[in-house]
Amino acid sequence: MSSPSLPFLQVENLARAYPSPTGGDDVTVFDHVNFRIHKGEFICVTGHSGCGKSTILNILAGLDSASAGNVFMDGREVSGPSLDRGVIFQSHALMPWLTVLENVTFAVKSRWPSWSKQKIRDHAMRYIELVGLKGAEHKKPSQLSGGMKQRVGIARAFSIEPKMLLMDEPFGALDALTRGVIQDELLKICAETQQTVFMITHDVDEAILLSDKIMLMSNGPHARIAEIVNNTLPRPRDRSVVHKHAHYYPIRNHLVDFLVSRSKQFGSLRDAPGAPSSPTVFDPSDLVESEPAVVPAPPVGKPHIHLVNA
Amino acid sequence: MKTRLSLSQKSALLSLALFGVILLVWQLTTLPEAKVVADGIDPEYAALMGGGASTAASSFPTPAAMGQTVWEKLSDPFYDNGPNDKGIGIQLAYSLARVLGGFFLAAAVAIPLGFAIGNSRVVYAALNPYVQVLKPISPLAWMPLALYTIKDASASSIFVIFICSLWPMLINTALGVANVRRDWLDVSRTLEVKPLRLAFRVILPAAAPTILTGMRISMGIAWLVIVAAEMLVGGTGIGYFVWNEWNNLSLTNVLFAILMIGVVGMALDSIFGLLGKRVAYQE
Repeated sequence: MSSPSLPFLQVENLARAYPSPTGGDDVTVFDHVNFRIHKGEFICVTGHSGCGKSTILNILAGLDSASAGNVFMDGREVSGPSLDRGVIFQSHALMPWLTVLENVTFAVKSRWPSWSKQKIRDHAMRYIELVGLKGAEHKKPSQLSGGMKQRVGIARAFSIEPKMLLMDEPFGALDALTRGVIQDELLKICAETQQTVFMITHDVDEAILLSDKIMLMSNGPHARIAEIVNNTLPRPRDRSVVHKHAHYYPIRNHLVDFLVSRSKQFGSLRDAPGAPSSPTVFDPSDLVESEPAVVPAPPVGKPHIHLVNA
Repeated sequence: MKTRLSLSQKSALLSLALFGVILLVWQLTTLPEAKVVADGIDPEYAALMGGGASTAASSFPTPAAMGQTVWEKLSDPFYDNGPNDKGIGIQLAYSLARVLGGFFLAAAVAIPLGFAIGNSRVVYAALNPYVQVLKPISPLAWMPLALYTIKDASASSIFVIFICSLWPMLINTALGVANVRRDWLDVSRTLEVKPLRLAFRVILPAAAPTILTGMRISMGIAWLVIVAAEMLVGGTGIGYFVWNEWNNLSLTNVLFAILMIGVVGMALDSIFGLLGKRVAYQE
């Protein structure tokens, strides 16, 4: 990721304020938000509720606008929604009067209006098969389980082949088992398509499994991106062995520590003299350089702490 | 062996039993009274009136007489013996034509206008006072104005239907359009869906159940109002038929017309009920 080329996505000094409900000064949810995303990177953002993660995602999507600052993608300023940025909503946002196939073809036809019916259908079917929904393409969303609905949402977002994918807690409403299965599929699809992804999640293990970088946001108001964690776990990743890697627990502990304590302290430290103006970067390879690459795996069958926490 | 009846069988049986009770009460209340009055009648008056005397005092028909009338009228619904003697089918067709004419004119105005109101807070706020004032006006109150300006009785009744069908469709369309889920609009925005495609492929299907409910209410009101309107303007139609038969003192025909109004009203309502089911979706 250290290519000298311009970053694919650049966010500069983004801020968002809302009018105060009590009529006083505006409430600034977040400000001075700066980050860059390179092509093909998978970025996860985490932080407590109310820090403005979803607002940032909506601004990237063009569905919301910032009070200050700019977003540039591929050298052009983001000023509204675009087919270049696909969005996967937490509520899946499928149209209930359309079948699975129609939901996807609706998106494909929006992207390529001149394509023939057959071509649109074939293209849509390819993505429906990719998320493992072949055979359910003529069902209505109300006939599908929560996990299947979210797969349709994923198929729809990927089918328009966006330059960037934005996901707002896509698996938040799913049970743990279903979530695991879909995470694996997402991992596979992203590896195949080299998709650039910006994803919000509250799930630390999900962030570690999927991401290249994890951005940690401090608590609002005046939230900022406090830290950026380089996820050094090698790809391809496999959920059954990923926690055995030497970097797994340092990263995980760092994330959990942040969410439990540092996210609150950040607010008071931020304005102190000598405070860092850009987010601290945490790279586990700096920590565990001297240790062996792989720590001895815990004995099989012994319960692992992370399972309890997941 | 004891067989258990299904719920619909039970209710059908109960319905039939109720029908039997109604017929029985009807029969009991009409038969004896007619006899008593006929007995006490002045012979001279009876001679003057001919056969009419015995029934004139209580001309309320018996179920049997009613049944016979229904059979006669329904077996020849489309005869036309001049302005005051037309088959029930023809009268109903006139009424239906006016109702449908006024209704679809109203739909053509209310649905696009409702889209505009539902889509824009400014338009909503601007038109709301007019809607609030015009909505509670009895549609028949427009009749003099319509007769004066349109100068045609039949067109005036269509106008009255138009004005009474307008409001439920307008309000429901606006409501349905305004309440389309934000998610669906957001998805469409990220897909850069063009406005016309958005209206027909997203907003219309999303709002269709609410719009259809409005259409169903409108149709119900229109069918109520057409009877009164045709009583006023006269000439043709089921409302005129009722009034004409009242002037003829033929309660049998009046009763028959009432029955037909009910049956047609029910048919219209169930058509919209079916249409509503077709556009309904489950989230």
